Amino acid sequence: MTTAETNVPVLIAGGRVIDPSSGFDGIADVLVGDGVIKAVGPGLAGQVSADDVRVIPADGMVVCPGFIDVHTHLREPGFEYKETIATGAAAAARGGFTTLCAMPNTEPPVDNAAVVDYVLRRGAAAAVRIRAIGCVSKGRRGRELADMEELAAAGCVAFSDDGDPVHDSGLMRLALTYSRDLGLPISNHCQDHALCPQGVMAEGWVSSRLGLAGIPAVAEEAMVARDIALAELTGGRLHLAHLSAAGSVEMVRTAKSRGIPITAEVCPHHLMLTEDWALGGHGDTAATGALSYETQTKVYPPLRRPEDVAACISGLADGTIDCIATDHAPHDRASKECTYQDAAFGISVLETALGMLMQAVHDGGILLPTLIDRLTLGPAQALGAAFAPYAALVAGTPADLVVFDPDAVWRVDVNRFASLGRNTPLDGVELRGRVAATLVGGRPVFAEPDLLAPDLLSTDFSSTDLLSNGGR
Amino acid sequence: MSEWVDFRRIGRRYPPELAQPAVDCPEIQAGLFVASSENLDTAVDTGSGGADNGASPERAVMDADEIRRTLTRMHHEILERNHGAKNLLLVGIRTRGVPMAERLAGYIERSEGVAVPVAHLDINLYRDDLTERKNVLVRPTTTPVGLDGRTVVLVDDVLYTGRTVRAALDAVNDLGRPVRIQLAVMIDRGHRELPIRSDFVGKNVPTRRNERVSVQLEETDGTDAVTILQGGFH
Amino acid sequence: MASLPATRAAAAPAESAVIDPVIPGDAVASGRRHVLDLDDFTAAEIAGVLDNAAGMREVLGRDIKKVPTLRGRVIVTLFYEASTRTRVSFEEAGKILSADVINMSASASSIEKGESLLNTGLTLQAMGVDTIVVRHPHSGAPNFLARNLGRVSVINAGDGTHAHPTQALLDLYTARNHVGELAERKVVIVGDVLHSRVARSAVWGFARMGAQVTLSGPRTLLPEPFTAAGWGDATHRNGSENPLASVRVEPDLDAAIEGADLVMALRLQSERQQLGFFPSLREYIRRWQVNDARMARANPGALLMHPGPMNEGIEVSTNLAHGERSLIEEQVTNGVAIRMALLYQLAGA
Repeated sequence: MTTAETNVPVLIAGGRVIDPSSGFDGIADVLVGDGVIKAVGPGLAGQVSADDVRVIPADGMVVCPGFIDVHTHLREPGFEYKETIATGAAAAARGGFTTLCAMPNTEPPVDNAAVVDYVLRRGAAAAVRIRAIGCVSKGRRGRELADMEELAAAGCVAFSDDGDPVHDSGLMRLALTYSRDLGLPISNHCQDHALCPQGVMAEGWVSSRLGLAGIPAVAEEAMVARDIALAELTGGRLHLAHLSAAGSVEMVRTAKSRGIPITAEVCPHHLMLTEDWALGGHGDTAATGALSYETQTKVYPPLRRPEDVAACISGLADGTIDCIATDHAPHDRASKECTYQDAAFGISVLETALGMLMQAVHDGGILLPTLIDRLTLGPAQALGAAFAPYAALVAGTPADLVVFDPDAVWRVDVNRFASLGRNTPLDGVELRGRVAATLVGGRPVFAEPDLLAPDLLSTDFSSTDLLSNGGR
Repeated sequence: MSEWVDFRRIGRRYPPELAQPAVDCPEIQAGLFVASSENLDTAVDTGSGGADNGASPERAVMDADEIRRTLTRMHHEILERNHGAKNLLLVGIRTRGVPMAERLAGYIERSEGVAVPVAHLDINLYRDDLTERKNVLVRPTTTPVGLDGRTVVLVDDVLYTGRTVRAALDAVNDLGRPVRIQLAVMIDRGHRELPIRSDFVGKNVPTRRNERVSVQLEETDGTDAVTILQGGFH
Repeated sequence: MASLPATRAAAAPAESAVIDPVIPGDAVASGRRHVLDLDDFTAAEIAGVLDNAAGMREVLGRDIKKVPTLRGRVIVTLFYEASTRTRVSFEEAGKILSADVINMSASASSIEKGESLLNTGLTLQAMGVDTIVVRHPHSGAPNFLARNLGRVSVINAGDGTHAHPTQALLDLYTARNHVGELAERKVVIVGDVLHSRVARSAVWGFARMGAQVTLSGPRTLLPEPFTAAGWGDATHRNGSENPLASVRVEPDLDAAIEGADLVMALRLQSERQQLGFFPSLREYIRRWQVNDARMARANPGALLMHPGPMNEGIEVSTNLAHGERSLIEEQVTNGVAIRMALLYQLAGA
């Protein structure tokens, strides 16, 4: 990509601009140049010459700040056969995400400045902004705190042992206390292992039918309760990762009403999919035939019941849950081509997230501006003030934004994924809502040829190396 | 009519270890199973096809009286050929060979005062066409006496390609070593594919390959009749 | 009936190759290719297998136990777990039917070198194997093979804590031979139902045949979702008839056994006690051992079954296990007949 290209102004014309940070919601043009938003308002198209700008026609589309993902597994270093920072970033661009916070469960784990530096250096060359999350404990072993100050100084934006919970209550207390002075949140993966030994899917009728060890909702709820109590005790910044159970949502609601400063996230798959999907047939329980043991549904926390999905959606809608995080967990093919018990936990989410989330909007579970808030402002607030500019679409802020068609119906095809992880239960499923273009720092990093007519896109726009980076 | 429907009584003389629980299977009643071999081209679907179906022209070959006279003649021939009933074992091939063998045994008992043992032979495990066809219900083969040293008379309703008899010969071999094996059939319709002939024939009936020969017996079908049906299938 | 389409196409045979023309509708198994569990068997299909087993038992009683039915067929028993009776009975069943039976166990094959289940299956398929009989410690392993192998039949010989359909079929066969039709009969399954694949398949089988099934044992070892009430909870997903409508839970064995026609005791694995599912063997024996006193509460003539291997003196009293109410030895004999019936039916599919 050339510097010159970065500087070509872009006019996004005629879209519905939704900016939760300013409360703006209306039809407007957006003029982008020099990496920042130059102007937002109606009639900008008449004020610039079409020869000077590249125009993205956005009639019928939504224009909003780029999505911020506080929970992404990029697998690099250590598991580059599952995903690299570059491929993960390309997937993010296709999904409308402009900032990713990479989880530290790599090999080696991100528990010292050298690894943080490696991740950020790789990230600087990637299509979207890459931020690093550091480990809570040394080696993610859950015994002693990592050098949190060193990690913060190296650029970490949060701490987490994700993939595993901080199981030791004493250690969690210390982490929340120690991190207070760093001002960074502790993101905990809530799962009491003693309540789900060998569990591989939600405990209930489906797990019983399949003969698989279950994970009861209480395994999550018990640790959510503990962590809320510790947050109240310590005053530390607790962020609850990927809540999935109705009981957890209710506890967060109560805690917030009591003024305890916690934030929480929920994943697209927990807002759309249920445990029935493990039986096969894309969750269609009327479908008959042999049980398929669909390993693509194996994810932590597990897919649960429709009641839990409904509770997560309503928690998201009423602000109990602050943000959406993908928990994008790419895996190689062999990790899923095996028995359910052997299969790896995780779903490759980045490229289908918007379509999955829009289902809740189309079904009336949440309003579109609220959803966008939870994808932009919500995560920015959970992370801290430094992220505020990236969640705003006003003149002078970095031009990280996404243009999407809320009604475009498309069929998921994993072979078109930029992510190396083709592990999704949604392959072949129709979704409604699709990203048309993504800009990071004013730079177009993705344009969907199915939605934007090729002759409207300049050559260098549609064929940047970032686009081909995904290994289509 | 038939006082010879006493084959069930003979059946009860079998040693208890050979007695099998009665089959009470809905498929049999529903016609999902066909429990024998030659009956595949003799069985008449009394529900839909068969006698009342004008679309399938048929011609009568034998009625109940003729069947009685024919079996009477055949039992004499069997006795004549074997110099009496000593050492005889009638082996009925399921399904319609069984009542036919029971009837022959009844005639012999009347003529000679000797109860001739009757075995029930299921040849499905010996078929040479397992992959070509949906498999059919295998029912127990039962015999009241051993086969060693016996004169075995295989009894079946229709002799056609000869493959059923070939399978039955293999099955008999697995059960023991008879001194000789003879074959009695109600109808020989020709079209042999193997070097097999019958020793006792009720009636030779020239047929075309696309015809079906239907033997119905009181015990299995509620009536005694032999009919030729035009190309019911294939 | 939910069964996979057969790929071994029943091409119209050359006329000279058939004994008789085929009358449509005479199939036993209507194209079933795999046996993964009993949940996709109808009552009629189960009855058909049991009827065929009766024919097979006659062959087992012969001096020369050999019929040519499956000549040229190759069956592999692929066992990732130790087994005596199941593996041997499949091998015996295959050999009596004249199939070539190859035994593979995890410790003496590429599996030990880390070959994946999928690749092992694909390798066997490429070698022209017709049927794979698989036992695996992971639930769903046979489903996985069946889903990924296009040309072989897969028979589940026990997978994880999911299913053991051939054991359930032999239990149904044994039960039917002794009590007649199973509809409305009262069956009690007692012990570690939660972890028992035998019990799960038996529940499907007995429920399909119309029996009243009661699960008994420590609450910690009872799969409450796997009952009439549990399915009821799931009906919001699926308005279909509750196939487990006749299945209930009664932890008190003395109450559960009242009026029972059949009692099936399950093997109690000692590790369950170590994992804390129940406090002690002593307490288990006191409350859940099937013994003469408890059998006296059942119907007169009630019979005992056990899938083996048995811990005598723990889940079943020695006296009862070897007494005249015990069907345990006959279950083993019937196991061969049932497996012959299944191998025969799958070959004709």
